[in-house]
Amino acid sequence: MRTALGDAFISALVALGLFAPMVGLLTAPTDKGLVLIPRPMPVAAIVAAVFAARLAFLAWRARRPAARPGLRALAERATAATKYLGPGVLAFALVLPLLAGRYYIDLGILVLTYVMLGWGLNIVVGLAGLLDLGYAAFYAVGAYSYALIAQDFGLGFWTCLPLAGLFAALWGVMLGFPVLRLRGDYLAIVTLAFGEIIRVVITNWVSLTGGPNGISGIPRPTLFGLRFGASAGPGTFAGFFHLAPSPSQRVIFLYYVILGLALLTNWVTLRLRRLPLGRAWEALREDEVACRSLGINITTTKLTAFAMGAMFGGFAGAFFATRQGFISPESFTFMESATVLSIVVLGGLGSQLGVVLAALVMIGGSELSRSFADYRMLVFGLGLVAMMVLRPRGLVAGRTPTVTLGQPREIPAELLAEGRG
Amino acid sequence: MPPNAAPPLLSVERLGMRFGGLVAVDALSFAARRGEITALIGPNGAGKTTVFNCITGFYRPSSGTILLTHADGSAYRLERLAGHRIARRARLARTFQNVRLFAGMTALENLMVAQHNTLMAATGFGVLAVLGLGRYRAAERAAVARASEWLDAVGLLSRADDPAGALPYGAQRRLEIARAMCTGPVLLCLDEPAAGLNLRETEELNALLLRILATGCSILLIEHDMGVVMRISDHIVVLDHGRKISDGTPEAVRADPRVIAAYLGEGDEGAEDEPVAACPLAGAG
Repeated sequence: MRTALGDAFISALVALGLFAPMVGLLTAPTDKGLVLIPRPMPVAAIVAAVFAARLAFLAWRARRPAARPGLRALAERATAATKYLGPGVLAFALVLPLLAGRYYIDLGILVLTYVMLGWGLNIVVGLAGLLDLGYAAFYAVGAYSYALIAQDFGLGFWTCLPLAGLFAALWGVMLGFPVLRLRGDYLAIVTLAFGEIIRVVITNWVSLTGGPNGISGIPRPTLFGLRFGASAGPGTFAGFFHLAPSPSQRVIFLYYVILGLALLTNWVTLRLRRLPLGRAWEALREDEVACRSLGINITTTKLTAFAMGAMFGGFAGAFFATRQGFISPESFTFMESATVLSIVVLGGLGSQLGVVLAALVMIGGSELSRSFADYRMLVFGLGLVAMMVLRPRGLVAGRTPTVTLGQPREIPAELLAEGRG
Repeated sequence: MPPNAAPPLLSVERLGMRFGGLVAVDALSFAARRGEITALIGPNGAGKTTVFNCITGFYRPSSGTILLTHADGSAYRLERLAGHRIARRARLARTFQNVRLFAGMTALENLMVAQHNTLMAATGFGVLAVLGLGRYRAAERAAVARASEWLDAVGLLSRADDPAGALPYGAQRRLEIARAMCTGPVLLCLDEPAAGLNLRETEELNALLLRILATGCSILLIEHDMGVVMRISDHIVVLDHGRKISDGTPEAVRADPRVIAAYLGEGDEGAEDEPVAACPLAGAG
């Protein structure tokens, strides 16, 4: 009882320290300038409430010591349910445009773009264990490659898409060569700088990229040559299928394009994981020195991871450009890299399903909560803290073996290395 | 030692390694012959692991040559090869003093990673294998068969699908040897394979090493456990302070007064050596 009282007293003290300046002082403008009005009563109320709540919590915990195993069983059941979660989410993604309205399809496109970026970065961070803080650079290279090639050479989206991916992969290799001898924190800082360099170059190379004004009038994608437009003339989607032209047709088409691109990323990653290259990536994350002793060329293995991740980032960038019709350097800031990285980390390093769930929560959640935008960052911060306490290795931690003699069993996350770059 | 027409498998000539002002290995010369177990022993800090790291390409020696000659006569200057090429071309495999397995991957996966180069050659630059075409499927089946064979040889076949990090310590050591063997080496370098093993596990290790020798792979090992060294080695090289102080059969080395002096900390150069408690020769079997 005495320790509980002491505990509650300390909690109240912390609350006092926090809320005395935040709640207890009010600034009010008067004719003599700003004055501080002390408000002791609300502070006293809050501190008392914290004291009482802490006592109540301690009493509740003392009476229910068996609460932890129940939570663990719940977590186990959740892990078992993830087997059905993947197909469920896929089915939902496939039928969404048929059921939902324009707003939700647009939101779906946004979420899927981040899912694809997350899957692309997952190759670099999750599988190969190389911390990349400048992923938006490849996103930008893909977007600008498409926009410039399409405008200067008059090529269509489907011709430019592989080119954009190729250019981004090329930049991935170019970044990789000087950088891959660095490890851990050093690698992270250099990739961060690379992301900024690309953005600054795009902003200042006005004659090529249009600088801060960006590029507008980027061509829209076509379905086997059929355009999506406001009229039903020959050569348009609506005219060919004898439908009434509607802007939602283009949105639905874009939705399925990004869904297809994202699924391609997922399929290639899952295939590669079962091939020697993917296994070498994971082995690299686990122990680089052992890899070298087994005759694995570390430089080329890391480069392929960088190039692969960059290529899918480039694809996503080209899609972003064609969807928006307008791009500017502002779309490729560090915030973008940080968002994609937090999707990967929140989802669980190396987990494909985790990336989907994290993108849904982070992108979808923050879009849907626009109405109470003031508290969005507060909720986001609380969510991150909760994650750190409850699932420190991400939403879907653990890893499935790529080859087995018997039944595949999940490998617990505690055994996995996070990679040191 | 009878004069041998064929060059030895591994020939180290005047190897030197210095870190700044510290001379870790000084003008060391020795040879490891084909089909034999060669042991490298010496008190703590004698430079054994440094020699190993030079041979396996983790350090670049300051001076000297390391020549590896295959049975077909092709020779490799190991001090000039890049680290990963030593394992791949010169076919030299190693284990580590502190076990370095891929802890988050299963035992089977560990052995599959070891066959990376063979498997990569069968993927057709990755593209064909991603599409599920080409001869990759057959290559993977062969790799799994080879891995199963080695898992069986080290008694871990029943734990093939368990993560390597969850295996007991002795099993991890055996798995590391199996992983090295999956690269198809001509010379296996073991850095203290018996460290931390109990008596029965040490017996099993001896049997395993003799079986590896029977497959045609020669062995170079660093070891503190004289029960292993004296019983199975054909040839022993003794180091102290980075220099070779003795070289010969187990019997000859055991009788060498310089070796006894180095281990017991007596005689002219033993002032800063290990205390008597570390003397392993007493229990030599």
